[in-house]
Amino acid sequence: MISHAVDQVSTFAKDIDVLILLICGLVGFWFFVAEGVLFFLVFKYRAKEGGKAAYIDGTDPKHTRFISWPHRLILLCDVVIVVAAVRVWVEVKQTMPTPDQTVRVVSQQWSWSFQHPGPDNKLDTADDIKTLDELHVVAGQTVQFELVSQDVIHSFSVPVFRLKQDAIPGRVIKGWFKTTQTGSYDIQCAEICGIGHGAMVGTIVIEQPERYAEWVAGHAPVAALATPAPK
Amino acid sequence: MTTTTAPHHADAPTAEHVHDAHDAHEQSFFTKYLWSTDHKVIGFQYMITGLLMAIIGGYMAYGFRMQLAWPGEWIPGVGFLSSGRYNAFITTHGTVMIFWFAMPVLIAAFGNWLIPLMTGCDDMAFPRINRLSYQVFLISAVVLIGSFFVDGGAFGGAWTAYPPLSSKATMNLTPLGSTLWVVAVALEFVAFLLGGINFITTAMNARAPGMSMMNIPIVVWMIVVASILFMVSVGPLVAGAAMLVFDQQLGTHFFDPGQGGDPILWQHLFWFFGHPEVYVVLLPAMGICAEIITCNARKKFFGYKTLIYTVFATGIISFFVWAHHQFVAGIDPRMANVFTITTLIISIPIAEMLFLFIATLAGGQIRLNVPMLWALSFVAEFLLGGVTGIFLGASGSDIYFHDTYFVIAHFHYTFVPIAVIACFAGFTHWIPKMTGRMMNETIGKLHFWFTIIGFNLVFLPLFITGAWGDHRRIYNYDHFPDLTNAAMQDLRIASTVGLLIMIAAQGFFVWNLLWTWLKGPPAGDNPWQATTLEWATTSPPGHGNFHPMPTVYRGPYEYSVPGAAADFTPQHLPPA
Amino acid sequence: MSFAKPIATLRTSAGLPTGRLALWWLLASEVVIFGGLLASYVMQRLGHPEWAYDAEHTNVWFGAGNTIILLTSSLSAVLAHQAAQTGDGKKAARYLWLTIGGAAWFLVNKAIEWSGEISHGFTITKSGFWSFYYTAAGLHGLHVIAGATAMAIVALDAAKNKELQRVEYVGIYWHLVDVIWIFLFPLLYIAK
Repeated sequence: MISHAVDQVSTFAKDIDVLILLICGLVGFWFFVAEGVLFFLVFKYRAKEGGKAAYIDGTDPKHTRFISWPHRLILLCDVVIVVAAVRVWVEVKQTMPTPDQTVRVVSQQWSWSFQHPGPDNKLDTADDIKTLDELHVVAGQTVQFELVSQDVIHSFSVPVFRLKQDAIPGRVIKGWFKTTQTGSYDIQCAEICGIGHGAMVGTIVIEQPERYAEWVAGHAPVAALATPAPK
Repeated sequence: MTTTTAPHHADAPTAEHVHDAHDAHEQSFFTKYLWSTDHKVIGFQYMITGLLMAIIGGYMAYGFRMQLAWPGEWIPGVGFLSSGRYNAFITTHGTVMIFWFAMPVLIAAFGNWLIPLMTGCDDMAFPRINRLSYQVFLISAVVLIGSFFVDGGAFGGAWTAYPPLSSKATMNLTPLGSTLWVVAVALEFVAFLLGGINFITTAMNARAPGMSMMNIPIVVWMIVVASILFMVSVGPLVAGAAMLVFDQQLGTHFFDPGQGGDPILWQHLFWFFGHPEVYVVLLPAMGICAEIITCNARKKFFGYKTLIYTVFATGIISFFVWAHHQFVAGIDPRMANVFTITTLIISIPIAEMLFLFIATLAGGQIRLNVPMLWALSFVAEFLLGGVTGIFLGASGSDIYFHDTYFVIAHFHYTFVPIAVIACFAGFTHWIPKMTGRMMNETIGKLHFWFTIIGFNLVFLPLFITGAWGDHRRIYNYDHFPDLTNAAMQDLRIASTVGLLIMIAAQGFFVWNLLWTWLKGPPAGDNPWQATTLEWATTSPPGHGNFHPMPTVYRGPYEYSVPGAAADFTPQHLPPA
Repeated sequence: MSFAKPIATLRTSAGLPTGRLALWWLLASEVVIFGGLLASYVMQRLGHPEWAYDAEHTNVWFGAGNTIILLTSSLSAVLAHQAAQTGDGKKAARYLWLTIGGAAWFLVNKAIEWSGEISHGFTITKSGFWSFYYTAAGLHGLHVIAGATAMAIVALDAAKNKELQRVEYVGIYWHLVDVIWIFLFPLLYIAK
């Protein structure tokens, strides 16, 4: 449904889509049943000449069971949804697989800047590659990100990953994703951050290892230019 | 019916007397309409102010929807919408529609009209506090509108006003607008605290003799519970508003992470209020529809006590769900699991309420007049708003849907039924009582159908654009390569067309108002053959409402009682 | 402008006077405002042990003195209520003016204390602690002023033996102002 229009490019994108489908099925069922009953009743009990309405106060179990059984079934559906939602949530937000690479994502009014670990695959060393609005990662690798903000609250959102995380000034928030295919996709800011919010876009470039290595080789700073460690 | 004719005659000479002789007792326009302590006049003041503010909110919606359909084009009546103005428009639209339209109309206007009339007393318990409440409310509206005309323009940090964006002028670029926004909202809170105390006290203490707790009409219960919810939830945000203004104007550091503050604190204070606030406006809307559905189905409400208990349950649970707005906001991820559970639990009482509404129809004699169409469409449309909330309350799927147009579509399927549909339902049902004139059914039905078609056309496409990745509060999607495609733009245009239909449909409403004013036939005391107390007096009720004051002998929904001559038995009718 | 009380004001379906009922709801709304502020303060304070350094610069003597003043003024509010119950409006008014005197003394102390602190550089922007200190105590101070104003209005009426039931209501309100201070004093002054 969503994957029809938005690719699934992270390992958990599929899980989130399945969860959405599950909820869709359950709530869709109740929605159509309730609407169906509503329209049926309005049609069946429309005012007729000389008709008289029933006198029902809704305390007789003979009548209340039409409410209480759906009630219990909805509770059951709720339990199913909670279990499914928490499973996905724990996978995306509460586990941290060993990363192949760690990048720093810095948000500010109104652009993204990224700090790649460079050839030595360590952050905050002299060979880090800093880019503006373009994040490069290797397809199939697990990437950990450290999300920070320079000024106001932003939100790091990559729809093809089904991933979203607010960036809070004063905090470092860690998260992860594992890409499944190559391509370049939007990174969007999903929290209003001022007049430039509507133009705060970045690109994530997912490449095969060889292409990525070429990019690193072409962009790594000269080792002599020591990069000051960020605060 | 016979009991109501006597007060009518008793009242008539006084009215004529005032009309004929311009003597010293005649109140001036000022004291009668602007400085009145009469609950009916104050109800009209709130209703008219609320509807005027809705026009402002609708104008904002027109501006930003046009910009989204045809980005960067000149918009008739608005001009070019820069990103800063766009942000101010969406912020003001959200703030106005909730605080200056939904609340004044649903709680204050209907509360003022209905609580004294339905509980059988002559006015609010504190008429002068009631007047003060409206005056503070009016000032708050003026402050908010004024913020558009100060240096830097109106605040554009969204109605949630997350700091540091809202607290630092260097970041929001609206040094005065942002403070005026907070001040206006805080004044509005004060107005509704004053009004709320009045509503609660009146309904608790000023009921007609014989009206026990379980004889109170549902809408009065709902407005009282909503006022209590508002009072309890808004306190921390009042403190938060003071802190935010100090951060803006004095340079304190409550929400400034660089100096030991915490921006997330505001989010907790805001949503601890913000989520119960949804129920603050939902409950009166449901109450209005409950009155109309029972009356026009000619049936007792199915499970009156069950409904009251589910209202209490909803009210209590609503205080434990707020962090579902903050799943991805950087709170401890373990908290999300707790709030997913509480959020899904609240679906149970809400579903129960809607089932009770539907069950009430079974076995009825349903009259499909204009108020009933509105009330039934409230149930039908709100169902969609309710079920789509599950996607957002479930933490796993909220990661994707958070802050997309799916959220916008979801909460408009709750708020439009609440604020627009239920408002028109109540308006068309009670305006014969408040003015003494019937509205036109044909024009009313045209208004209904065009509004409903327009409304669905606005928001159904937004579910899809949201699912396809459209983020909120973006003034121009051309900047996002993944969101720039013809299919999504067509949906955005469809939504804007829906809004234009919805706005144009309100022409029927204005036409109907003029028709009612000029040609509306007299309503009589009880045009809908309803049972509650407000129909026991004249239309419009005179000063003091009832002559003599009524006594209550039975519950509020005694329709089609077996053995009774008429298919309705009013509450005030002495048992035979 | 003359104002006749409507029937609605005089009814008592819930079994207690309308004025007292409304007052309890007013207190409920005040409690959540201060509750929210103090809960925010406590949460922040727990996350910032360094605020203890700032808290050491508060003046416990002023705080304790003001606590005694407020408690004493609550006593005179109770005495005013007693006098009003026996129908002695003049005596009730005298006790109310005594309570107002306590409120004034409290505010004068507060002014001296704050001027001292501000002159030492402990302004509202000094740190998170001082922001909360001035905001919470300032909001409480506004309630002291509001309570004293209400008492003055009631005292003027009571001296003429009018609206004597209101003596009790302002008294209850004054107890709330007192109780809030009982929470503020240890949280802001004593916790170091």
